[in-house]
Amino acid sequence: MLNLTVAGITVRATLGRRRAFLFAVPAVILIVLTLVLRASHPAAGAAWPDTVLGTFGFSVLLPLTALIIGTGVLGAEIDDGSVVHLLATPVRRADVIITKFAVAVGLTAAFAALPELIAGLLAPHSGKLAVALFAGALVGSVVYSALFVFLSVVTTRAIAFGLLYVAIWEGALSNVVGGVRILSIAHYALGVANAIDPDQNLQAGLGLSTSLILGAVITVGGLYLATRRLETFSLAGDPA
Amino acid sequence: MSSIIEFRNVSRWYGNVVAVNDITMDIGPGVTGLLGPNGAGKSTILHMIAGFLAPSRGTLTLDGTQPWKNPDIYRRLGLVPERDSVYAFLTGAQFVTATAKLHKLPEPSRSAAWAIGLTEMAEAQDRKIATYSKGMRQRIKVAAALVHDPEILLLDEPFNGMDPRQRLHMMDLLSRLGDEGRTILFSSHILEEVERLSGTIQVMVAGRLAASGDFRAIRRLMTSRPHVFHVRTTDDRRLAAALVGRDYTHAVELTGKGLQVRTSDFGAFCEQIAVITRDENIRLTELLPTDESLESVFGYLIAN
Repeated sequence: MLNLTVAGITVRATLGRRRAFLFAVPAVILIVLTLVLRASHPAAGAAWPDTVLGTFGFSVLLPLTALIIGTGVLGAEIDDGSVVHLLATPVRRADVIITKFAVAVGLTAAFAALPELIAGLLAPHSGKLAVALFAGALVGSVVYSALFVFLSVVTTRAIAFGLLYVAIWEGALSNVVGGVRILSIAHYALGVANAIDPDQNLQAGLGLSTSLILGAVITVGGLYLATRRLETFSLAGDPA
Repeated sequence: MSSIIEFRNVSRWYGNVVAVNDITMDIGPGVTGLLGPNGAGKSTILHMIAGFLAPSRGTLTLDGTQPWKNPDIYRRLGLVPERDSVYAFLTGAQFVTATAKLHKLPEPSRSAAWAIGLTEMAEAQDRKIATYSKGMRQRIKVAAALVHDPEILLLDEPFNGMDPRQRLHMMDLLSRLGDEGRTILFSSHILEEVERLSGTIQVMVAGRLAASGDFRAIRRLMTSRPHVFHVRTTDDRRLAAALVGRDYTHAVELTGKGLQVRTSDFGAFCEQIAVITRDENIRLTELLPTDESLESVFGYLIAN
């Protein structure tokens, strides 16, 4: 169950940190870039909307925004110790995880999926593509958030591991080794987008059902494991 | 005294490092001080009671229930952690009210106002915690821990950063809460704090429970260590001569302000000093145990 008190504190904490600047920048870049290209290359059939909205949007904007937000909603509190004030209450640990996850999804959607939609609508003749990418980005927001919230509970180096996953696994390996895509959230998001608006330049290599099923498995599995881990959250003592 | 918190052969280790070693102790209502130097295992003890660490061995119960992986204990337990991290972007009132809401209290604002009043933070409650001094942060943490009126309150080094006035107020508050029947357990490495606030102590040294019970009783049990008294009479030299011949007198020293008597038997000395002064026709004007501080207890325990 969503806990509104936890959600309120989490939103304020996430937007109030210096790192909020980091996840706002890619969204602004995407929209500004779209405006510039629309002015300089307004012709119908131009290839840049696929590159900017698809490649930049799904390979940079979405995963990085999700990484910063997803690892921060709970991980920052664990790092600075303030999470103790939340955990020293009878709130169910599953509720804590669900709420943190929901906030991460909402903020990632606001700072990645929504800019993707806005940029898509600003691009010439890309209305359907914009909606498709928006839907894909929403799915990506959900799955990425589950993964990064999980990482933030199990390790204090969640950002490092998240970056390795995004840059090495998804960015490099999945474009070279086809089988790697089966564990690539960016490709699930593209799979959904392609199912709505098939685009030759944005091939996901995964069908809609595969993308949704694998995305659901990672989301549910990540949240379950994060809850189990939070139930055994320990405070370091003082070894004699 | 019925015990609320029970440790039975509890040990806790981190890899090869033993933080708490085979502790058996009972803690009941009232104020209990957990005393020991840094690294003695005090925080580990508190974290285990608060359900934030599992014992590696042994059993630990709060009124029969195990705290580990049991968030329901927080309905009756409040924790004031040592770490100074709170939600600094909230005001004091928002922080305590949010805690009341997390406890699902029926009237969170009223409960928060009550707890803030207890800790004398009403004037600063509308300021962001980021602007608070360390002592104020400590007090707002105590308010948050008290907001659901818990039966058990755990405080890890609660007086850190408090000025003397705040410290006295907090001591009064904890004493009052203890007198009302709550179980208050606080850790400290400052002997004076424990001595002033708590008659019952648990002394931790290097992960072991070095002593447990009433502070003065513990002191008296250590008969092998000489006790030092400062004595003033109408005739110090005559009393010194009378004491020198006694078995329990370890040493007598004439100082400019009276006698310094070291005795190996606390009970016998206290009993006999009145008899001797009466028999010698000396008037006793001052009898002061000079090493009743926790410092001396502590030093002795560590040395032994």
